[in-house]
Amino acid sequence: MTALEHGSETGETPLLEVRHVKKYFPIRKGVLQREVARVHAVDDVSFAVREGETLGLVGESGCGKSTLGRTIVRLLEPTEGEIIFQGTPIQHLGTRRLRPLRREMQMVFQDPYASLNPRKRVGTIVSDPMRIHHLGSRADQKRRVGEILETVGLSPEHYNRFPHEFSGGQRQRIGIARALALRPKLIVADEPVSALDVSIQSQMLNLLEDLQNDFQLTYIFIAHDLGVVRHVSDRIAVMYLGKIVELSPAEELYTRPIMPYTEALLSAVPIPDPDLAAKRERIVLEGDVPSPINPPSGCRFHPRCRYATQVCREIEPPLVDYGHTHLAACHHPLNVDGSAPPQDTTGRSNPAVSSTSRDTHSS
Amino acid sequence: MAERLLEVKDLKVQFATEDGTVQAVAGLSFELERGKVLGIVGESGSGKSVTAMTLMGLTRGVNARFEGEVLYKGRDLLKVSDRDMQDYRGNELGMIFQDPMTSLNPVYRIGEQIVEGIQAHEKIDKRAARARAIELLRQVGLPNPESRVDDFPHQFSGGMRQRAMIAMALSCNPSILIADEPTTALDVTIQAQIVDLVNRLKDDFDSAVIFITHDLGVIAEIADEIIVMYAGRVVERGTKPDIFYDPQMPYTWGLLGSIPRLDRPRPKRLHTIEGMPPSLINLPEGCKFRPRCPHAFDKCIQEPGLENRVETPGHLDRCWLDVQFKRDHRDETISPGSAEAA
Repeated sequence: MTALEHGSETGETPLLEVRHVKKYFPIRKGVLQREVARVHAVDDVSFAVREGETLGLVGESGCGKSTLGRTIVRLLEPTEGEIIFQGTPIQHLGTRRLRPLRREMQMVFQDPYASLNPRKRVGTIVSDPMRIHHLGSRADQKRRVGEILETVGLSPEHYNRFPHEFSGGQRQRIGIARALALRPKLIVADEPVSALDVSIQSQMLNLLEDLQNDFQLTYIFIAHDLGVVRHVSDRIAVMYLGKIVELSPAEELYTRPIMPYTEALLSAVPIPDPDLAAKRERIVLEGDVPSPINPPSGCRFHPRCRYATQVCREIEPPLVDYGHTHLAACHHPLNVDGSAPPQDTTGRSNPAVSSTSRDTHSS
Repeated sequence: MAERLLEVKDLKVQFATEDGTVQAVAGLSFELERGKVLGIVGESGSGKSVTAMTLMGLTRGVNARFEGEVLYKGRDLLKVSDRDMQDYRGNELGMIFQDPMTSLNPVYRIGEQIVEGIQAHEKIDKRAARARAIELLRQVGLPNPESRVDDFPHQFSGGMRQRAMIAMALSCNPSILIADEPTTALDVTIQAQIVDLVNRLKDDFDSAVIFITHDLGVIAEIADEIIVMYAGRVVERGTKPDIFYDPQMPYTWGLLGSIPRLDRPRPKRLHTIEGMPPSLINLPEGCKFRPRCPHAFDKCIQEPGLENRVETPGHLDRCWLDVQFKRDHRDETISPGSAEAA
């Protein structure tokens, strides 16, 4: 078994496994609503998440990180590929068969203003999941809501208030309380702190960490802020145009980025130290992320990459293991000495050929 | 010495609301010289945006009350009539707003929106204005300006829209560019492009910039002088090295310590500023930061004035604590965990 399929050296079954998942959105036009093109939002992504681990998912807007998060919790159905949660494939389950799973996996959303129903009281928002899943009596539910509100740093007296009476940070706490109501195993947090001030953001990150320790939670943490992701994650996946281009233990990604895109992302993060900021070399990426409707050929990053050569334009690089379960997809890897020959982990006999054939197929 | 463009003296802005009077800005003073970048940092509700909008004359209304002076090249903008203010807006002061998604009109082409601004201020025919718009879009680094000038905002990405906004703000060659959180809604890679752009344009157009943000990382790259705001007040003010290497206000330490930083080893836990910013209707007695300050003591019940308490002239703060005490203890907040590492 390869590192990619296992996600750990210990050999235990991972909590979640994502295998070659694709999510395409059709673009339809005309009276017949014929499909004229497809948005390749998530394009062949594989990884595994161990129990109790935090996997960070980073990338620029439009890279497919939110779509991937929503596909994992099955708010969206994948176009292709497998999602295996606790040993069960869940990629094509219907609403009814998904319901018991919803107790196990929950989501925290980005915008604390849009993700809470303004006409419901806090108590109802947090107890609704329990009501839907018929957990305990009314009195039990109410008592439990009080407990959860306390756990996330609110007070049980907030039970009868409305969302508009709370600040952004407090609302995000309500969103977390709702996600915790069913005692899930996995929480997919989609940019949970991006809308908050730095001081509130650090409160929230510490809270998420405490909850993970207290409830043995597993997180998939989606964010575009590399500082935040480094702080919370055990491993980090970097996405670009629907693909994972680098997957690495958290600290190693920052000390030894292999993919030039990761290098550029890291160098763009502003550092709150003027002398250091003035000294370091910054790689400014030109232009924007290309359209996922018609992604570039070969390596998708090649039009913005300063190391790009002919091979990058033609052949899509496979995700390769460079040791310490550090994977990257690049023809010109950085920070790699030639001593350890990289291993192909895609499980295909000839990844170069199969990826090019796929390109011609999709174009 | 460089020309002094703007001098704000003890500016106060109040809004009457149903719940009471909101003291949004309570005594703000600063000077701005040509070629300089002034950074204003603070959390939401600290009065940064109200300050920017007041300078632009955008907070005028029946419920608003102003005190103090906003002297632009010697003339008090607070006393200028609404009609005259229109001439200042755009011509002398340009503004870039935070959200490039909502600050462009979705039903007009990008070019039309820029041309409209130019024609409002100058007697110039449409063709010449359009040529100027294309030239501006080129200067802000938009690829293919000749064809993109006829695009609608929805055809632009977030970064391109922000570039169009900057082009619009620069269209009449303002002496002061006010940027209110111009990079907050953007990805880091695009943010870096915009910061570079503002820096370059400041020199090209020979103007001064007021850069408002809550991101101390961005401030570290762009500002010459920095104002830290809290509850409508300036709580610390100084040059960039003053604020980053000799911060005097525990609130500034808290801001610096709350950031998960890439240039430092990962701390076990992040520092947090406990609680929330106070309501501007019901402010605490004395120092406004006192309820959240871990170092507060009896004297903090009186509000400290904004004074110079250190050796560096011009470095002002509002804190009663002893300077040596602060220098000994601030690192516990600013770099949590560095003690464990050492």
